[in-house]
Amino acid sequence: MQGGTGERKDGPGSPRAHTPPVLEVRDLARSFGGNRAVDGMSLDLHAGEILGLIGPNGAGKTTFFNLVAGSLAPDSGEIRLKGVPIERQPAARRLAMGLGRTFQIPRPFAGMSVLDNVMAAGQNQSGENILRNFLQPGTVRREERAARERALALIDFVTLSHLADAPARVLSGGQRKLLELARVMMAEPAVILLDEPAAGVNPALLDVIVERIVEINRMGVSVLLIEHNMDMIARLCGRIVVMAAGRQLAEGTPGEIMANREVVEAYLGEVTP
Amino acid sequence: MSLELLAYCAFFLTIALTYAVIVLGLNVQWGQTGLFNVGVAGFVAVGAYASAILTSPAVEGRFGGFDLPIPVGWAGAFLVAGLLSAAIGWLTMRLRADYLAISTFGIAVTVQLATLNLEGLTGGPFGISLIPRPFAGHAGEALIFSLANMALLISLVALLYLMLEHLAKSPWGRALRAIREDEAAAEALGKSPRRFRIEAFALGGAIMGLGGAAQAHFIGFIAPENYLPMLTFQVWAMLIVGGSGNNRGAILGAVLVWALWAASSALVEALAPAGEQARAASLQTVIIGVALCAILLFRPQGLLPEPGGARRRLPFLSRWRGTPAAVATTTEPDRP
Repeated sequence: MQGGTGERKDGPGSPRAHTPPVLEVRDLARSFGGNRAVDGMSLDLHAGEILGLIGPNGAGKTTFFNLVAGSLAPDSGEIRLKGVPIERQPAARRLAMGLGRTFQIPRPFAGMSVLDNVMAAGQNQSGENILRNFLQPGTVRREERAARERALALIDFVTLSHLADAPARVLSGGQRKLLELARVMMAEPAVILLDEPAAGVNPALLDVIVERIVEINRMGVSVLLIEHNMDMIARLCGRIVVMAAGRQLAEGTPGEIMANREVVEAYLGEVTP
Repeated sequence: MSLELLAYCAFFLTIALTYAVIVLGLNVQWGQTGLFNVGVAGFVAVGAYASAILTSPAVEGRFGGFDLPIPVGWAGAFLVAGLLSAAIGWLTMRLRADYLAISTFGIAVTVQLATLNLEGLTGGPFGISLIPRPFAGHAGEALIFSLANMALLISLVALLYLMLEHLAKSPWGRALRAIREDEAAAEALGKSPRRFRIEAFALGGAIMGLGGAAQAHFIGFIAPENYLPMLTFQVWAMLIVGGSGNNRGAILGAVLVWALWAASSALVEALAPAGEQARAASLQTVIIGVALCAILLFRPQGLLPEPGGARRRLPFLSRWRGTPAAVATTTEPDRP
């Protein structure tokens, strides 16, 4: 099983030295009525990095994710993926370009099997063209066999093999998070946006999720991770960006961020000495 | 069984199977994709008129009359209805389910009024007659004629069934199911909901047009009054009774509801006094409506539910019951 940009040799979380950003976001903004949910947010995600994005509730993190993933259109700002501007690309096109995402509340296709959920994420399949199903059945069958093998390998990777044929509706919350990981990996992205993969997950499955994120990162996939679980952030991320009131408040290593007075105030309110 | 009864059974099944073709088209749109098309009659009419214009003999003062072979007419019906559906899909696919319903209903009424008024193309209120019938050479032998037409329709329905099953199991069908279940998640996985919906709407419309053509050629005559909203109601009843999302259910529903329609017609004929026959015919609609309500209440997934599918409700029913139209899912507690 291969990721987007090849194996990496160093530890998880830290960017590859001297690599240009794989994802660049500049001055991204989006308002809802009079509320500027994202207000000139910028960040760089380097190849092979796991970058943590934290902030208090209402800071605009998920809106920022939705803007980068294309679920929402920005009012202004630039997004570049491997140097290519993508802010005008529809959401459906961004995955094919190498940008995948998961959702804060997992969204499996509940009536479909776990295997079909993962296979649905395959890109550039001839069988998604009506006519080719009848005109090139051999090609479609071959691609489908390969997609099935890859999907089964990914389902095994996220420890859901025993549920491959079960409908996704029977999965627990944590298993749904794992399914989302397998699904997004099926598309072989270069960058994954992970929205709170630990939220509502029991501790045993949480360890599995953390291990899998590390593995995915080792395959060369860069990860932008929203998370409230600071222990998980500290385990995974070499660098953290803090967001508050729709913009970047601070940036640094986990140690620097936890010692940052402004960050503490953003989370807890003003601190009196 | 007497030969007359056998001929009638074949005739009955042939008509039911022309409906089955139309219901298979609706199943692509609603059953597989969740597109709430309540303008079925319009697409059926377009197919019927397209084929009639291509294959009927020339008539003074009316465009068409190309006298082409029946298969050319059927292919033309498929193409014209498909192209029209693609154009309508392109215009309407951004609409919410209820607005799509209003739009498609409006389109069907427009098509029906156009057939009524475009006399130079459609024959106006007099319709188009002398539409060539398959196996017309055997029209004098009721049994052979009925059996041959039934065999033709069985072959057509079987071919469509196999093709649609193949598509449903293909990556195209999988993408459609994914979009139907969760549009945002499917889009995040690189599936363009708009593209797939337009394709499904066009394919479904094309099949409805083909069904309309098959019906027109079997009866040999079409007129605007054949394409009133009642036709849409019948086709929807067939799909809901049979089981939306299941092609076998679509075919079964067409046969059962048509049987109910024919039986209720015979019942009304037998029981209503001669002077009240026309008014009593409305009871047929009531009987179908009651059957539809019973199915929706007691077996909403239909007689043959979608394999592995979850229960879905029509948009107006979900609002009535206060639950979202999308499949309700339960999240199990985490297991280590």
